[in-house]
Amino acid sequence: MSTSVELAGRLRAKFPGLISAPAEFRGEITVQVSDPEAIAEVCAYAKKELGFDYLVDITSVDHCGEDPRFTVVYHLYGYGHLCPLRLKLRVGEEKGELPTVTSVWRTADWHEREIYDMMGIRFRGHPDLRRIIMWEGYPYFPLRKDFPLAGKPTSLPEVAFTEPAPLAGGPFVTIAGGKDTIAREPRARIPETDELRKQAANAK
Amino acid sequence: MIETRDIQFGEAAGRAAEAARALAAAAPAAGQLEDLPSEKMVLNMGPSHPSTHGVLRIVLELDGETITKAAPDVGYLHRGDEKIAENMTYSQFVPYTDRLDYLSPLANNVAYALAVEKLLGIDHQLPPRCQFIRVVCCELARISSHLLGLGSYAMDVGAMTVFLHTFTEREKIYNLCESLTGARFTTSYTRIGGLSRDLPPGWIDQCRKFCREVVVNIDETETFLTRNRIFVDRTQGVGVISREDAIDYGLSGPNLRGSGIEHDLRKAHPYLVYDQLEFEVPVGSAGDSYDRYLVRIEEMRQSVRLLEQCLDKMPAGPVNVQDGKIALPPKDRVLTRMEELIHHFINVTQGVNAPPGEVYFGHENPKGELGFYIHSKGGGTPHRLKIRSPSFVNLSILPKLLPGHTVSDVVAILGSFDFVMGECDR
Repeated sequence: MSTSVELAGRLRAKFPGLISAPAEFRGEITVQVSDPEAIAEVCAYAKKELGFDYLVDITSVDHCGEDPRFTVVYHLYGYGHLCPLRLKLRVGEEKGELPTVTSVWRTADWHEREIYDMMGIRFRGHPDLRRIIMWEGYPYFPLRKDFPLAGKPTSLPEVAFTEPAPLAGGPFVTIAGGKDTIAREPRARIPETDELRKQAANAK
Repeated sequence: MIETRDIQFGEAAGRAAEAARALAAAAPAAGQLEDLPSEKMVLNMGPSHPSTHGVLRIVLELDGETITKAAPDVGYLHRGDEKIAENMTYSQFVPYTDRLDYLSPLANNVAYALAVEKLLGIDHQLPPRCQFIRVVCCELARISSHLLGLGSYAMDVGAMTVFLHTFTEREKIYNLCESLTGARFTTSYTRIGGLSRDLPPGWIDQCRKFCREVVVNIDETETFLTRNRIFVDRTQGVGVISREDAIDYGLSGPNLRGSGIEHDLRKAHPYLVYDQLEFEVPVGSAGDSYDRYLVRIEEMRQSVRLLEQCLDKMPAGPVNVQDGKIALPPKDRVLTRMEELIHHFINVTQGVNAPPGEVYFGHENPKGELGFYIHSKGGGTPHRLKIRSPSFVNLSILPKLLPGHTVSDVVAILGSFDFVMGECDR
């Protein structure tokens, strides 16, 4: 049985200069791919020759303020050898694009749509790159670090609230009646200057 | 006095036969039928439809009753769990994991706690009692989830009784959950480095009683369905997934094993104490909806086996790691000793101090592989927490699987997938 380190070594031997030395953390093996343009080729080789027939997950990390800004993370697994391997690559914000791996594993389809939806990274050659979780026409990428937790107003109407309910309030409770999500989000408010709370108190 | 008289069937039967003959004579030949111009119809199934189990929406393109194209639309239950996780400490996120797969919250709690503990490097230092209790939690959750999955599946294809029958048993699991965690539904049982509380007195005996009763219930459920002509006709040969497709589309859990791939994370990469316990991994042969049903039935029996072994072997000892920097120290010491008070204060206000790094932990949840990928830059909150939810990945095969089936088969296929939208949309 081969191990993740050996498989990473074979991947490195096939693509010299492109794949970094395998790094280990908590028993997991990670390799960096230096050129995002080569990811489809690397993955096709990993699947065909190294037996990584199962793509567990693709995800992305936003390092806001750094350059390149995003990391895309691929979790590979093989049913033949039961070894996992993690591939990572960096994508810059201006370009924000890399080739798709849907032709290698079809499960990549929804994962890549989700990354596009949440982070705004585009996958070139994807058969159907639409938003998947947010609705069509949503203007932001919510998992980016510069997107506030409380959300931003959109063209869709806000949830209809009437007036603060009896006993409404508390530091962690969303107060009804705010004009948008930012006003209602409890962690975004400063209690002393909270207009809603004052209004509720005055009404009583 | 009521007069009775016999109904004459002979005449009616004769009329029907004659009508059928006349119809056959008047019908055009088969070739002509195929040439009839037909218009494709778009049918919107969901997001609020009883068989879509939550808020899944599928846009179906139909030719007559046959599906030619299917486009699932997910996201109606999106709550931004991953964004929320980036804004709170590791411990604070535990209640949010209850709301992922809300039919098996105990298993989600365990999966999340194990992922964070892997990041902290303490996943092999958990006290034995904690590990055994966590296995008990996972297997109870599996039985609970499969009981609901089977009940609602049977109801979708027309058998109401099964649902009521399995729910009487699920009620007992809820009672066990209530005495174990204090909550029936949103359990939030695990803590980073342990559990929120130890087993209550007498709980093991209650659980043993449940194990004896649930086996009977599973057998009875099988008599309702396994050889039921209607159920077999609706599910056998429907929604067949080949081995290659199952792997290519990233299926996991019973849906993967239904297609004949013997892969279970509890066996392949044992965590907790699964390597000390005996159980089998059931697999299907044909990969159709009926096989996925059979796999779930057998998995419940294996879970009962695991439960009984755990209850027999349940060791004594603490349920939390004895490190005040990770798990909260006991309350009586917090109130009397300085060091414990500091640990408590730091742990509650700042959270567990995790090292920089990244881990992925995949857990064999009732629905499939629930994975947490945690990217940490150090400190008490994750920089990024990605939830790899089995339902999301399993549903991605629908555009490939549904075309060629009829609309009534959609219900049978969706039921056999046993997905939960809370987990799919996160």
